[in-house]
Amino acid sequence: MSTIHVPTMAEMMAQGQTPDILFWVGCSGSFDDRAKKITKALVRILNECKVNFAVLGAEESCTGDPAKRAGNEFTFQMQAMMNIQVLDGYEVKKIVTACPHCFNTLKNEYPELGGKYEVIHHTQLIQELINSGKLKLKEGGVFKGKKITFHDPCYLGRANDVYEAPRMLIEKLDAELVEMKRCKTNGLCCGAGGAQMFKEAEKGNKEVNVERTEDALETQATIIATGCPFCNTMMTDGVKNFNKENEIQVLDVAELIANAAEL
Amino acid sequence: MIAAIIFSVLLIGGFGWFGVNILKIRSNILLGRDVNRKDKPGERWKTMTLVALGQKKMFARPIPALLHLGIYVAFVITQVELIEIIYDGITGSHRAFMSSLGGLYTLAVSIIEVLSVAALIATIAFLSRRNILKLARFQKPEMKGFPTFDANLILCMELVLVFCIFTMNGADEALYLKGASHASHEAGSFGFAISSWVGPHIFGGFSVETLHILERVGWWGHWFMVLAFLNYLPYSKHFHILLAFPNTWYSNLEKKGKFTNMESVTAEVKLMLDPTADPYAAPVAAEGTPQRFGAKDINDLTWKNLMDAYTCTECGRCTSACPANITGKKLSPRKIMMDTRDRMVEYADGKRKNGLDYEDGKSLLGDYITEEEIWACTSCNACVQECPVNIDPLAIIVDLRRYLVMEESKMPTELTGMLTNIENNGAPWQFSPADRGNWIHED
Repeated sequence: MSTIHVPTMAEMMAQGQTPDILFWVGCSGSFDDRAKKITKALVRILNECKVNFAVLGAEESCTGDPAKRAGNEFTFQMQAMMNIQVLDGYEVKKIVTACPHCFNTLKNEYPELGGKYEVIHHTQLIQELINSGKLKLKEGGVFKGKKITFHDPCYLGRANDVYEAPRMLIEKLDAELVEMKRCKTNGLCCGAGGAQMFKEAEKGNKEVNVERTEDALETQATIIATGCPFCNTMMTDGVKNFNKENEIQVLDVAELIANAAEL
Repeated sequence: MIAAIIFSVLLIGGFGWFGVNILKIRSNILLGRDVNRKDKPGERWKTMTLVALGQKKMFARPIPALLHLGIYVAFVITQVELIEIIYDGITGSHRAFMSSLGGLYTLAVSIIEVLSVAALIATIAFLSRRNILKLARFQKPEMKGFPTFDANLILCMELVLVFCIFTMNGADEALYLKGASHASHEAGSFGFAISSWVGPHIFGGFSVETLHILERVGWWGHWFMVLAFLNYLPYSKHFHILLAFPNTWYSNLEKKGKFTNMESVTAEVKLMLDPTADPYAAPVAAEGTPQRFGAKDINDLTWKNLMDAYTCTECGRCTSACPANITGKKLSPRKIMMDTRDRMVEYADGKRKNGLDYEDGKSLLGDYITEEEIWACTSCNACVQECPVNIDPLAIIVDLRRYLVMEESKMPTELTGMLTNIENNGAPWQFSPADRGNWIHED
C-alpha cells in the first residue's frame, strides 16, 4: 500500500497554490476509526488520479448537521457561519465529501447563509474519474462474480436523488448487484439519521439497523456496500447482531473501488 | 312545481352550507404562518398535473392504485351527469340533454355506467381490504373510532350512489321498453351500456307505476347522496379529493434533505459573530409579535403544514414506510397529520366561539403529540416520499423539535452532550479540534 499524500489548504496557500477541489472529511471521517479507512480509500483514489485536492485539517469543523436535525438551529448556524468564513477565506469553489450528511448540509443548507459551492458526493466524483478514463479498475478484479447489495443512505438517495452513481460503481466491479426489497426511493433508513446516531432509540420492539440488516441478509449478498459512514456503523452492528461478521463485509463504495484498482 | 322548489331549496342550501364550511376551513388554514410557495409556477402546474390529476405517486403500489383510479375517474366523470340532474331538477324536464346530444348522450351515459361498475368493484375491494383482510396500516392505534367509521361511511355512500344510478337508469330503461318513459313517447331503448341489461332483467317485472316510483327514488336518491357527500366532505378525511390539487401545487420543490432556514436565528448569529457589534446597543425592535422558535401549537406552523393536515386521507402509506413505526416505536407520521388537523379544528373553534384572545390551555405538542413520538424520527424522508399528495410530516416534526430544544431546552440527555461537543470542540464527539487532521499521519 502506497503512502498517501494529503495537502491541507493552509499548506497549499503558503505555496501559492489553489486546489481544484476541497475534500471535506467530516467528523466521522476524521475521528471514527472505521470511517478513517473510508477517508484513506478515497484519498488513495484521488492520489492515483492525480486530483489536485486539499483538506482543511484542523480548520474543518462539524457542518452542524446533527444540531440542525436535533432542532438546535443556533448551534447549526454558528457552525455554518464559521465554516463559511473559512471556506470563503480559501476561495473554495468545489467540495467533495464521503458523508451524505455533510453533503446535504453543505449543498442545500449553506447557500441561504451565504456559502455557495458546488458540492458532490464521493461516489459522483469517482464515477467522473472512471468515466473520464483517469481511474482504471483491474481486469477480473477481486469482486468478480461476488454478490453485493447497496444500502441507500437517506441523505444521498431520497434527500438528494442520488441513486445511480454508487450503483454504477458497483457494476464496474464485475460484481452482481443485488437489490434489497426496499431500495432506492423505498430504501429503509439504517436508523442513524436525524441525530439518532447520538442517542438511544425510543422504546420499540426492534432496532432499525436490525430490521435493515434483515433486508440485506435476504439478498444473500456477501458484501453490503454503503456510501455513508453512519450507515456503515449501523449496518456493521446489524451484521454483528446476527453473528455474520465472518461471512458478510460492510464496505464503503470508495473502499470497493480502491480495492478493485489495487490501490 | 313543488318538486322543482324542493330541488332548488336543496341545491341552494346544500351548496351554500358547503361554501360556508369551505370558508371556515380556509380561515383555519390561514391561522398558519406565511411561507412563500408561489415561485416556479410552471413546475408547480406540472407537479399538480402529475401527482394529483395523474395520480403518479399512487402507482408505487399498483393494485390499490388501479382500484383508486376506478373510483376517481368514475367520480369525476359522473359530475357530467350532475349537470343534467340540476337542469332537470330546476326546470322539471326529464333527460333534457338526450334529444340535443343524441348519440353523444348515449355514449356519455354509457361511459358513466361502465365506470360506475368499476367503482362498485373497487369500493367492495376497498371495504374488504379494511374490514376482512384487515390491512396492517388501517389497524394502527390512531385509526380507532371515528377514522375507521369515516372511511367505511364514505365507501358505503359510494355504494348507495352507484345503486341509485342503476335504479334510476334501469327503471327508466324498463319504462322506455314499455313506451312509458318520460324521455320519449315511443317504445324503445336508451342503449346505455349497463342499464340496457339491468333494465329488462332486474326491473322488467315491475308495473309502470312502480317503475315510475323506482326511477324517482333513484333520481332523488342520487341527488341526496351528492348533497350528503358534498356536505360530509369538510368533516371527513375524504376532503382530499379537493385539497389534493392545491396541496400538490404548493408542494415543497426543494430537495427533501433541505430543512428550512430560520431567518430569526440568522440575524442573532450574525450579531454574535460580528466583532464590531456593540454589546451594549439597544436591541433592534422586531416587527410584529415576536416569533416563537419552532412550533408548539397550530399558529406556530405554516399554512402549508395546516393545508397538509386537511389534505391527509389517512391512507397510512407514510406510517407503513416509517422506520420508527416499523420497529414498534410510537411515532406514526399519519398520526402527526391527524393530530395537527384535530388540534387546528379545536383551536379555531375555540377562538370562534370565545373570541380571539381565548386560550384553552392546550397545545399540539403535549396534548396531542408527545415528545417520545418526535424524538423517534430519523428524518429519513420515507413518509414524505410515500405520500401520494405530497404531504410533509417531517416539516412538522422538525419544528416541534426546534421548539423543545430552543425554547424549553428539553431533549434526550445524550443529545445535550452531542450539542455541547459541537459547540466546544466542533465535533459531535469529545475529540480535540487540533486532532482533526491526525488521520493523515496514522497508519
